[in-house]
Amino acid sequence: MSSMKFKVYRYDPDKDEKPYMQDYEVALEATDQMLLDALVRIKEQDDSLALRRSCREGVCGSDAMNINGKNGLACVTKLSELKEPVELRPLPGLPVIRDLIVDMTQFFKQYHSIKPYLVNNDPAPEKERLQSPEDREELNGLYECILCACCSTSCPSFWWNPDKFVGPAGLLQAYRFIADTRDQEINERLDNLEDPYRLFRCHSIMNCVDVCPKGLNPTKAIGKIKELMVKRTV
Amino acid sequence: MLHTLYQRNVRANTQFFVEWMALDLIRDASGQVLGVTALEMETGEVMILQARATLFATGGAGRIFSSTTNAFINTGDGLGMAARAGIPLEDMEFWQFHPTGVAGAGVLITEGVRGEGGYLLNKNGERFMERYAPNLKDLASRDVVSRAMATEIKEGRGAGKDGDCVLLKLDHLGPEVIDKRLPGIREIAKKFANVDPIKDPIPVVPTVHYQMGGIPTNYHGEVVVPRNGDMNSVVPGFYAAGECGCASVHGANRLGTNSLTDLLVFGKSAGDSILRYLGENPGHKDLPADAADLTQSRLSRLDSQKGGESYAEVGRDMRRVMQLHCGVFRFPDLLADGVKKIREVADRATRSEIKDKSKVFNTARIEALELDNQIEVARATMVSAEARQESRGAHDRSDFPARDDVNWLKHTFWYKDGDRLEYKPVNLKPLTAESVEPKVRTY
Repeated sequence: MSSMKFKVYRYDPDKDEKPYMQDYEVALEATDQMLLDALVRIKEQDDSLALRRSCREGVCGSDAMNINGKNGLACVTKLSELKEPVELRPLPGLPVIRDLIVDMTQFFKQYHSIKPYLVNNDPAPEKERLQSPEDREELNGLYECILCACCSTSCPSFWWNPDKFVGPAGLLQAYRFIADTRDQEINERLDNLEDPYRLFRCHSIMNCVDVCPKGLNPTKAIGKIKELMVKRTV
Repeated sequence: MLHTLYQRNVRANTQFFVEWMALDLIRDASGQVLGVTALEMETGEVMILQARATLFATGGAGRIFSSTTNAFINTGDGLGMAARAGIPLEDMEFWQFHPTGVAGAGVLITEGVRGEGGYLLNKNGERFMERYAPNLKDLASRDVVSRAMATEIKEGRGAGKDGDCVLLKLDHLGPEVIDKRLPGIREIAKKFANVDPIKDPIPVVPTVHYQMGGIPTNYHGEVVVPRNGDMNSVVPGFYAAGECGCASVHGANRLGTNSLTDLLVFGKSAGDSILRYLGENPGHKDLPADAADLTQSRLSRLDSQKGGESYAEVGRDMRRVMQLHCGVFRFPDLLADGVKKIREVADRATRSEIKDKSKVFNTARIEALELDNQIEVARATMVSAEARQESRGAHDRSDFPARDDVNWLKHTFWYKDGDRLEYKPVNLKPLTAESVEPKVRTY
């Protein structure tokens, strides 16, 4: 059994005037491999530490946080790769509700704004709308997004304009539907983004690519949207 | 699928109550369901959500065991609410153990790996499934493979440092098949087992995966309970679909991918039933005066409790008892002892304490309320398993190794009130097809 040191951002508006960092030292079992395992141990000691978690395997995206200065998912971050004391803060740029829990309203508002659903007004076929394997491959690297918000909350453009800039997560999903051969609203989707803020606030800083826990590349998708915009004007 | 469902709801402009937790089912004196009480996590406010129709899609409760493929939130909240409201839980002794959870972490490795040609090895490098199921081998049903693995481990042929797992070999499929046909597997193996399956086998163990039982429903998604001699009396206004419901399409043993039947088929049929019901039943009924009493007494107990054990401790003991006493193989002495122990754990939970009393996003309170639900599911499981004196599907007893259709071809109903059981005959008459005689399973 070993132990590890942590510094965790704490803030409960019910009792704290302002946020502070709390030190923890926690004993770990051999099976505790991921940061989330350690957080569960901390919570056994101090049940007041608030965080979101569910699937513990990088699928639900709920335990995104800022880990030693970089956004990531606690459940797929290996403890052995972390420098001590491990400093944990809520995702930057969104209002903090409590401790490591942020208010995701603005993030989801942007996601909803890109119409994240297939639009196809042809009558639905009896079974399904088929796609060739090649067309389907176009969606690889896009559909896997779990909406954890690691990318958007690492993006300086999103920090400045969370209400106006769609952000990398939303734009990746915008392209996911633009690239879908079954979708019929490509032009409307491009119109929806033709705006100095919604798309063009992206300056290819690429923090999003750096932090994505699923290894996706929003900057590339944003580049493809920009390309399509140029193409349709010439 | 999850994302597509959410996306279609965005399109339909569905109103979500995001991060609200339903606490108790509201029923009137006639038994009709009129909605739920619910806690808004962010503010700690408790509200009544009055509803003409209430559909539970709250999922399973795999987290009552120590080793599970399930997410932290799979705490059987719908089952707990139903049980507290006097609705019996059906066939709770039947839990599916998935053969291939990553050893230690429990994370699921899909059956697709074996479907594509992967197979299991013991520490001697033997493809042991050939001995247990000469025809289907590694593709025998999950309970058979899980039991074979548990036997290999028990008899000293387990792999790994402590001999407590077996190995899933798939490197012979080649990187292309692994990347194309089994997306995500390589990533999971690397992250949670520290192996790259393109080169090395993945250490796996049988892990709790799915509950075959749940809130009793018919194939319309309507909740049905025994009442005044009618074994299928509809509870007006109440529906369940998905893992939390028990339309009994799986019987005692779910086959791979059939969970989709629970979700898609009965989800849609419950939706259709609700539309019909709403058309016939316009307007709300009056809420009973005591609609929120149970919820409020549970919450005020939590707020005022002092000097109790921590919920973390009680939860850990519940999971240990379930894992040890009600696992892949079930033994009469362990089951009898398990019933006693789970009752003790349940009793301790009623006096447990949370230190955090904050109103704002109090996850300690949420975990305590989840544990209340898990305890109901755990009791239902242990008591139902102890009583069923046969082996059937996923329920395997050392003292009754054979299936006994004469005495046990029947559904179990567990009632929270009195911790008691009733039974219901199995419907063996399909509506449209010929009935198939139950036979002995061989692989």
